[in-house]
Amino acid sequence: MAEGTVPLTIRIRRFNPEAGPDPWWDEFTVRMEPSDRVLDALHEVKWRHDGTLALRRSCAHGICGSDAMLINGTNALACKVLVKQVAPKVTVEPIRGLPVLKDLIVDMEPFFKGYEKMLPYLINDQDPGDRERRQSPEQREAFDDTTKCILCAACTTSCPIYWSDDAYVGPAAIVNAHRFIFDSRDEGARQRLDVLGEKSGVFRCRTTFNCTEACPRDIKVTKAIQEVKRAIMFDRL
Amino acid sequence: MTVEHTYDAVVVGAGGAGLRAAIEASGQVRTAVISKLYPTRSHTGAAQGGMCAALGNVEEDSPEWHTFDTVKGGDYLVDQPAAEIMCREAVDAVIELEHWGLPFNRTPDGKIDQRRFGGHTRNHGEAPVKRACYAADRTGHMILQTLYQQCIKRDVRFFNEFCVVDMLVDGDRAAGVVAYELATGELHVFRSKAVLFATGGYGKMFKVSSNAHTLTGDGPAVCYRAGIPLQDMEFFQFHPTGIYKMGILISEAVRGEGGILLNGEGERFMERYAPTIKDLAPRDMVSRAIYQEVKEGRGVDGKDYVYLDVRHLDPEVIETKIPDVTEFARIYLGVEPTTEPVPIQPTAHYAMGGIPTDTDGRVVTGENERVIEGLYAAGECACVSVHGANRLGTNSLLDIMVFGKRGGRHMAEYAAGAAQPAVETGAEKAAAGDLQRLLSASGSENVADIRDRLQDTMFDLAGVVRTAQGLEKLQQELGALRERYGKAVVGDKGRMYNTDVMEAWELGALLDCADTLVAAALARDESRGGHFRDDHPLRDDASWLKHSLAYRQDGGVRLEYKPVKMGPYVPMERKY
Repeated sequence: MAEGTVPLTIRIRRFNPEAGPDPWWDEFTVRMEPSDRVLDALHEVKWRHDGTLALRRSCAHGICGSDAMLINGTNALACKVLVKQVAPKVTVEPIRGLPVLKDLIVDMEPFFKGYEKMLPYLINDQDPGDRERRQSPEQREAFDDTTKCILCAACTTSCPIYWSDDAYVGPAAIVNAHRFIFDSRDEGARQRLDVLGEKSGVFRCRTTFNCTEACPRDIKVTKAIQEVKRAIMFDRL
Repeated sequence: MTVEHTYDAVVVGAGGAGLRAAIEASGQVRTAVISKLYPTRSHTGAAQGGMCAALGNVEEDSPEWHTFDTVKGGDYLVDQPAAEIMCREAVDAVIELEHWGLPFNRTPDGKIDQRRFGGHTRNHGEAPVKRACYAADRTGHMILQTLYQQCIKRDVRFFNEFCVVDMLVDGDRAAGVVAYELATGELHVFRSKAVLFATGGYGKMFKVSSNAHTLTGDGPAVCYRAGIPLQDMEFFQFHPTGIYKMGILISEAVRGEGGILLNGEGERFMERYAPTIKDLAPRDMVSRAIYQEVKEGRGVDGKDYVYLDVRHLDPEVIETKIPDVTEFARIYLGVEPTTEPVPIQPTAHYAMGGIPTDTDGRVVTGENERVIEGLYAAGECACVSVHGANRLGTNSLLDIMVFGKRGGRHMAEYAAGAAQPAVETGAEKAAAGDLQRLLSASGSENVADIRDRLQDTMFDLAGVVRTAQGLEKLQQELGALRERYGKAVVGDKGRMYNTDVMEAWELGALLDCADTLVAAALARDESRGGHFRDDHPLRDDASWLKHSLAYRQDGGVRLEYKPVKMGPYVPMERKY
């Protein structure tokens, strides 16, 4: 257990359309336990220094996906980075590629639209009967990694293609397509691969691996994208 | 400016219960789901270990055994007919999720795999049974994702980042809700024939909690202010294995897979408290055992924590069956569970109490359970009561699936045949006034300071162990906090994403829930399930085999009681 607090200077990129059209930088110094999260430090700022600071958060332990932000230039969840990893100074900005609405809050609608384009639900019109469909542990393992996605957008907003190309669905959408395409129970692969084979689809990916590095759930995002590409090229499904 | 909407049915909250209700209702009647978060941020996603159902895929099992365990686990305060429904419908609920694509772990022959969980036993307590269906240690995440996916497929209408702050009534009927839109600061009036609350728990009234920041009892508070009682509020579950100081949940699945608890002397102390099922005793008992060990000086290094130990487990089991919680220990404690024991302490986890409902999710009031037309509740914010005085692990995921579905179905049937209630113009005025008061207050108090104090004192005096003296002190403290709350200043005066005013409003909801919890806990001078009174350590069925109902009354809380619905199981001493 860590004893005693340490100073942490937080530089935050601010934006408030009610205050003016331009973003600005603010700096706060707070005292935190080294084992505290960066989220705790942002709360300390909001609760005791500047109540106007806006951010999203909920679970505070990396499972709800609310608090993806750019922390020292890398996408991460503020609740999964500890003060001792960044002290004495940390820079926090909103994730890139989505319109900033206020401070660290971005417009998530385009992100969820890309997700919905993938038909993210099991497609299988056959009557399964009144018991479970069978699936072997090996078949289950084939898509295990991509079931971990929490839709935090850390991967998608770390992708340089996504920043520059509005039409590209982005890594998170492909991860979620992968989750169904490689599920032995699903029969919608053709429909999804048609969407992914379009110009805005999976072949926009240039394999920069930013997404894999950004994923707070350690999903091998680039590998999943490559598997989807191969599925389209070799029509394996 | 106020925006008006008209729906047949409105669901408040988009966790498991709300989404399951929405799936049921959306194809039948015009349905809207209002959530203060994006649906996938809901705390159902944090549930880890599993969802119990007597599938019998791995070992012999029966819904009747599950019902018995649920009743005994709840220390006989469970309404037995409700538990019977839940455990019977559990099997279909799991199969339904599988058909919707939930990626359960599998047995070698491709069936849904099952594992052990606390308090779930074979043949009325003989030995632990493998009943929990699971997807690694992210079962809740997979349930939330699967339900949201089904909502996308059905084109369910969501209003995301809208916080419901008031309820509308037409005489004795529910008539809709008022919601605050975070993005714009505007109030929206949703006129609706039926309203279902599914807002989750209120664990953020405690300092050490597994709950999300957003779990502030909004639904219960809104109902309470509208004159509806809150049931069994004194029963709050402290999960034994929270990460020390932070409260982050370490799933019971860890013990289900063979993990054990050790005190500061390296002793497996649960052998003394529950000789038959040991570390897999129900949560209330394990939390009290930890409290006792610490009190008697057997915490680690004399401090207020003990160890959860998995060093003896096959690393393969750790990596494939409990990977996420293993990672939590690595990230937040810097502890490597394969070689070091993990420091844990009880963490405020789950509200057994809440908005009283029948088994169709209809909100009922009073001793005679009068139905409030058009008003429904499901999930943690509701009290059916299937958890009684202590919920068994995995039964919350089951509860949201079974009663979310039943509530949604009844709501849709009701709304299909009902006329649109009358809502007067200006129905949002009360809520607007409340928010305006918070925004324009010019006192000297800080919302975070008041909340900190609430959390500290609630955890100390209304936690695992309680006394009359402590609860009386706490009542005074709550009075003082309410006074300070009246002078609290909100720093953000703007309209867009004013999460500052939102947090201030949420604190008001927490204070209301805390009032009812403490009043009911003080009155109940016995010990039962999650409510342990050090000054009355025994269960007292003659006086207290009854549900509490807490009503708001000028200057405080008024308590009434109603009988427990019994069934085949006669209360007996709770030994494991």
